[in-house]
Amino acid sequence: MKLVTDSARLSRHIMTVLLITALLSTGLLAGCGESPIKSRAVYMLIDTSGTYTEQLDKAETIMNYLLATLDSGDSLALARIDSASFNEEDIIAKATFDVRPSTANDQKRLFQHHMQTFTSELVRGSAHTDITGGVLQAIDFLNETEADEKTILVFSDLEEDLPEGHVRDFPIDVSGIEVVALNVTKLTRDNIDPRDYENRLNDWQNRVMEGGGQWRVINDLERLDRLVAMN
Amino acid sequence: MFQQLLTVWSDSAAISAAIWLVLLVTVLYLGRQQAHQLFSTTGRAIFTALRLASRSVLRLEQRLSQRNRDVLMDLGRMASEKAIEREFTRVSTLVARDLAHYPSLHRTLADAIEKIEADYQASSLSAPLPPAWSDVVDTISALPKSADPALNKILDNIKDAIEDSHEETLKAFQKATLERHGHLAKMHPQWRTLKTTMGKVETTLDSLEERTRMIDGQMDRYESIRNNEDAAANSLLSSSLTQFFISGLVLIIAAMGGLINFQLIALPMSEMVGGTATIGALRMSDIAALVIILIEIAMGLFLLESLRITHLFPVIGSMDDRMRRRMIVVTLTLLTILATIEASLAYMRDLLALDRAALQQSLAGVGVVEAQFRWIPSIGQMVMGFILPFALAFVAIPLESFIHSLRTVLGMIVVGLLRTVAVALRLVGNLASHACKILTHLYDLIIMVPLGIERLVRHRSTAPDLTDTAKPAEKTSDTNEAPAASSKPKRNRNTKVEPVLGDTQEVTP
Repeated sequence: MKLVTDSARLSRHIMTVLLITALLSTGLLAGCGESPIKSRAVYMLIDTSGTYTEQLDKAETIMNYLLATLDSGDSLALARIDSASFNEEDIIAKATFDVRPSTANDQKRLFQHHMQTFTSELVRGSAHTDITGGVLQAIDFLNETEADEKTILVFSDLEEDLPEGHVRDFPIDVSGIEVVALNVTKLTRDNIDPRDYENRLNDWQNRVMEGGGQWRVINDLERLDRLVAMN
Repeated sequence: MFQQLLTVWSDSAAISAAIWLVLLVTVLYLGRQQAHQLFSTTGRAIFTALRLASRSVLRLEQRLSQRNRDVLMDLGRMASEKAIEREFTRVSTLVARDLAHYPSLHRTLADAIEKIEADYQASSLSAPLPPAWSDVVDTISALPKSADPALNKILDNIKDAIEDSHEETLKAFQKATLERHGHLAKMHPQWRTLKTTMGKVETTLDSLEERTRMIDGQMDRYESIRNNEDAAANSLLSSSLTQFFISGLVLIIAAMGGLINFQLIALPMSEMVGGTATIGALRMSDIAALVIILIEIAMGLFLLESLRITHLFPVIGSMDDRMRRRMIVVTLTLLTILATIEASLAYMRDLLALDRAALQQSLAGVGVVEAQFRWIPSIGQMVMGFILPFALAFVAIPLESFIHSLRTVLGMIVVGLLRTVAVALRLVGNLASHACKILTHLYDLIIMVPLGIERLVRHRSTAPDLTDTAKPAEKTSDTNEAPAASSKPKRNRNTKVEPVLGDTQEVTP
């Protein structure tokens, strides 16, 4: 009888261990292969100067892709690059998606609506191109979000054309931020001397790297999956 | 450093190396006895220690095997006792249900038989037909017609009277026959009652006989277990292993069901507790979904325990019936509430999926397409969300079998491991012993030149006294030759080792 009592006690111990193991294994199974969830913040700058406004449909595609990719807790902002971009008024739409999926979906719809309104109402491009001002505005926004992964998407030909009196030739602090240049189109004079194009890209790369950030160029918009690292 | 040591005797590396070699061989030759003792002692020590360890492990394995067997037999005995008890309870129920009414059954049978007998008696009484009357009528009819009309009239009157009387008698007979048939007809239901009653008795007796046969089988098994027979132990072991694999398989199926259940409620949970909060690498919503599933399983365990289907928690099993019934109601209610929550969560998941799909379509620039018969998967998910918790509740049954059989399987695995360890220890001990012997031979191989010289010198010095000292010389020679000495380990281990070592010492310069 003692043996049976021992066995019953052992069975209870085994069951306790099994239950804990089941709990842990189920938990591990659920979290298996998943890295800790990181919040993302993306700030997209759209060049609205001159003929670049013709490229806006591509920007809309990218924005739709971002809306589909980003999840609850992530932040997204859309701003235009005009003559003086260091300005909150240039932000077309911004949102930090709610923790509830249904509310986040509504926010995404609203964001899409804002973007569509902007692209449909834009008829004339700006006279100048203040990319640095836009980047500075983006840095402020991204640092405020305190996201784990911060990205600035610059949808522009990277040709800066500042109005007289604007000072932008100083180092920018982009530490912890990845700056991605999208759809960097070649200008007419780039065709005459292709080195201008290379120099333009290299200048921006050096500026970002010196500011502690990371630099990337994506011209093939068919590869949007490389745009934002998926969690 | 090495180069300096190499050229310490001469600038020529070859000469220096040769000198080093000679020195090394000399040193090794001088330390031969000590080296042999070192190898021999080390080999023996390792061998003995590992053999002892192996024996200890084997003893432990035997004890564990015995204990496993005792536990197995005890569990088997208890299971067998329970099975016999159950069979007796069934027999008791059968007897109480069917044979308790035997007096009334007997009365019914007796009444039926009595009625049948009475009917039989009644049917046997018949009105006899007067046998001579027909002859009289025939005789009167056959009389020739006389001329006397008065006589003819008398005869006709007699004939009519006789015929009337005959008809009346026939009618009485027919009536009696009809009555007899009526009695016989009344016997039919009695026969049927008799047949049905006897059929019932037969079924009951057959059932009892079957139960008796089963009890006999169980008793044989129980006796075999009580006698601690190997056949019973093997049968119990086999049964336990079968239980282990079957319950393991069912648990895997249940785990799959749990996974589906988790997928069903994880997404809508993010709507309730948020999709961004995390604990470690896990989302809070996933943890909440897991907790709900685990609570459902726990409720299922308690429910089946309260129903006394499983016996994992003695506290619940020992509760009084009233408390147990309350517990059944409470756990069942909680389980139903959880199932309802799951069903609603499953519906919410469907709504969220629809919303998400609509947004994706909108972002992709295509119009939102309304899918037809969308209500079918919605209802399917809801039903699944409601049923799965109850299905998961039954996991307690295979879990109990799994836990009980796990004791046996773990015992077997540990016994197997101990056996392997014992064999490995023995093997390593033997290998160490042989390795030491090989090292001894290798040692002698390195110093074979001085050994050869020594043998030659000794041979020359002992040659004149060959007749007197042949045997001792031979003995000395044998001890010098390591392979010959080590080829008889039994002799080396006994007390005669000391003189042999003394001999070796004599020949060492």
